Amino acid sequence: MSAAATDHEHALVYPDEPIYSRITAGKLAMWLFLLSDGFSFSGLLLSYGILRGSSQVWGCTTEAIAKTFGCIEEPALGINFTALLTFLLICSSVTMVLSHASMVEGDRKGALKWLGLTVAGGALFLVGQCWEYWGLFGLFGPHHGLIHEGLKFGATHYATTFYCVTGFHGLHVLTGVLYLSAVWIGTAMGKTDANTLEVAGLFWHFVDLVWILVFTFIYLIPN
Amino acid sequence: MSDRVMTKADIEAAEHLQHAHVEPKDFLSRYVFSIDHKYIAKQFLWAGLLFLLFGGLLAMLIRWQWAFPSQPVPLVGKALFPNSGGAITPPAYSTIFTTHGLIMIFFAITPIMIGTFGNFCIPLMIGARDMAFPKLNMYSFWVFMVSQLLMIASFCVELGSAAAGWTTYPPLSTNVGTPGAGQSLVVLALFVTGISSIMGAINYITTVIRFRAPGMTWFRMPATVWGLWLTAILNALFVPVLGSAGLLLLFDRTFGTQFFVAGAAGGIGDPILFQHLFWIFGHPEVYILILPIWGFVIDFMSFFARKPAYWYKGSVYAMISVSVLSAVVYGHHMFVTGMSPLLGQAFMLLTLVISVPAEILFLNWLHTMWKGSIRLTVPMLFALGTVFVFGLGGLTGIYLATISTDLYLHDTMWVVGHFHLTMASAAFLGSFGALYFWFPKMYGRATNETLGKVHFWFSVIGVTAVFCGQLIAGYNGQQRRLFDPFQYTYIKHLRELNKYTSYFAFALGAGQLAFVVNFFHSLFAGKKAEKNPWDVGTLEWTDCESPPVYHNFDRVPIVLRGPHEYNNPEVLAKLGKDWVGQSEQLPGEDIGIDAIAAE
Ligand code: HEM
Ligand SMILES: [Cu+2]
Repeated sequence: MSAAATDHEHALVYPDEPIYSRITAGKLAMWLFLLSDGFSFSGLLLSYGILRGSSQVWGCTTEAIAKTFGCIEEPALGINFTALLTFLLICSSVTMVLSHASMVEGDRKGALKWLGLTVAGGALFLVGQCWEYWGLFGLFGPHHGLIHEGLKFGATHYATTFYCVTGFHGLHVLTGVLYLSAVWIGTAMGKTDANTLEVAGLFWHFVDLVWILVFTFIYLIPN
Repeated sequence: MSDRVMTKADIEAAEHLQHAHVEPKDFLSRYVFSIDHKYIAKQFLWAGLLFLLFGGLLAMLIRWQWAFPSQPVPLVGKALFPNSGGAITPPAYSTIFTTHGLIMIFFAITPIMIGTFGNFCIPLMIGARDMAFPKLNMYSFWVFMVSQLLMIASFCVELGSAAAGWTTYPPLSTNVGTPGAGQSLVVLALFVTGISSIMGAINYITTVIRFRAPGMTWFRMPATVWGLWLTAILNALFVPVLGSAGLLLLFDRTFGTQFFVAGAAGGIGDPILFQHLFWIFGHPEVYILILPIWGFVIDFMSFFARKPAYWYKGSVYAMISVSVLSAVVYGHHMFVTGMSPLLGQAFMLLTLVISVPAEILFLNWLHTMWKGSIRLTVPMLFALGTVFVFGLGGLTGIYLATISTDLYLHDTMWVVGHFHLTMASAAFLGSFGALYFWFPKMYGRATNETLGKVHFWFSVIGVTAVFCGQLIAGYNGQQRRLFDPFQYTYIKHLRELNKYTSYFAFALGAGQLAFVVNFFHSLFAGKKAEKNPWDVGTLEWTDCESPPVYHNFDRVPIVLRGPHEYNNPEVLAKLGKDWVGQSEQLPGEDIGIDAIAAE
């Protein structure tokens, strides 16, 4: 049984890397997970679409609507602010790419720098989302957050689906920030390689991509 | 190309990828938090069998109610239903049929079929040393345990467990229809068990793609692995949809949202939305529960008819097309809910189309057996029983798929008979066949053949009689889920039918004792199993001891041929036996690797 073993020195072993057209198990699993996770977002977005499609009115956002339909007035979503958050998330995807690229070239320091920026971008996004929900306790100007302004979870489909979908996405950003932080620490300790960063990057790009869909469906489609 | 040229690099890469784990010594990591796929398989088996017993007892209660409505249940009645003198009350009855369905599907069949055989068979049959992510595998089991505990907890709270039917349709499943924490706990349990399923699925899919032994091409994989792999894909894709539906329902129940609350309940929601989400998952789910069984049956037909599987590729393509089609037929559960006639016809057509690949499989099984030298072992008997009940069930599906007949048959016992023949009976018989087949490999001991046959005959006659009884009742108009069907004059005459159906059900239940005795006796006192008692060629029998060592294979096997090589004249002439292992080299066969050929 040892024939292959004694032949060891003659065997050409290719590393478990994508350039040798082998997908690593970790990367494959991440793709599968993202596919799966995509279906859970689809479930929520489908519910959102069906509820919205069958509603007479989506969001009592102006006095006129409130008068016509006899509903309690709700705040409109702040598109400009959220567009800024969207831009931030896209930028953090770019820094993620740069981090991976540095790692591929063996520049661990560069990778750490870009990865740090990615984490910071994600964290800022979360702060922005909290600001949007709750306001930052009046710290920066008059914006008191949607909750104070009367967007009540459970009151209307407009409000509830908003919190469900953006909240579910926010949880993903939070997971991503924690995950990337762990990868950052691993990288600082020299325990990661380009593949680790690529797999983490896949997750991060997915969170970004989903946000673009969420932003489009939830914020941009006019009433 | 099936004869991919294998290089030494492939072999080295396989060895490199799958370094053997060292068997842990301490108690906890050996017997509780084990990362060994074979051990996790056994954990799932025990968890599943216990819940199978639980779900089975609930079924006996349902049958008691339909045979002797509102009469005290013998033996356990006084303890279970003290306030009604031992008779099943209407609320208790709702809980019983609801939890029977949910427990059987999610907490008995799923762990046994996917948890046990997915874990046990996939690595061994593709020549891998473990799953791709052994730790994830362990988490998958423990998350599953949490969901089972949630399910048990739901029985202990005020107002009892879930009572809205296994389909959990709102508004019945909202607080309006089913108040109390029990229903919420059950929905949560489904959510959690979904997480476990997805973890398992990702692991299985990755393992099959990346950890096949050198030479194990896609079409050299046993059909069992194909079935389990396709099931894993459907799980990974569609369980999240159930997850999101469950989440929204939980919000409705606990946080006062109104996704699904509407109508007389005075909400603004859309209950039909839930039906869509449920069946987008639900229809693939029924194939999730049958694909592994199809895989077992394809393999067993060939193993025990001692012939190559007839048109093996055709069977595999049929399973693939069923998997794809299963995503686009869910509307057939909602014909009566109401939909545009054009959409309804589209769903009807697609549903009828899906029975074409199912028939291809069926014909391939028959063709494999034809003129074979059939060995009527216990696993083969169970496989034959599976083919029989699946055939009956598949035929009854055609009537449901046709809108004009479904309008009459929907929500009658006909539907119940249909899905118990296809899903319940086929999965039940198929899983037991698989258990009898792999038991020697799992535990290193042989099971008792006579008891196995007794178990088989009780089971196959039992399920056929019970579920055909339900078909007849349904055809005559008996609605499903009725507390006391005979309060309706037009069902009164079905009383005797129901009674006899129940007798068969009790016999079916009693017959399971043969299994219990066999299982425990074989476990502790069975005779030592041979390495390959069935004379089959798949890797777990040819390259592993019974039971296999911790890391399965000392050397990762090199696979030379498919799994169904029986009665090949060349093999008969050269080896003097009617089978050849997947990794077994024939005298003088060039396997393309000098070093190994020289050995
Ligand atoms: C030959 C192919 C099949 C056809 C044409 C078919 C068709 C149908 C249709 C149209 C219904 C809806 C009936 C109604 O509610 O009015 C139905 C229900 C069902 N079928 Fe099938 N089926 C087939 C095979 C299977 C298989 C293989 C399984 C499972 C392994 C299965 C499991 C179920 C279940 C669980 C339900 C219904 C559940 C419920 O309402 O509680 N069917 N089938
Ligand atoms: Cu279906």
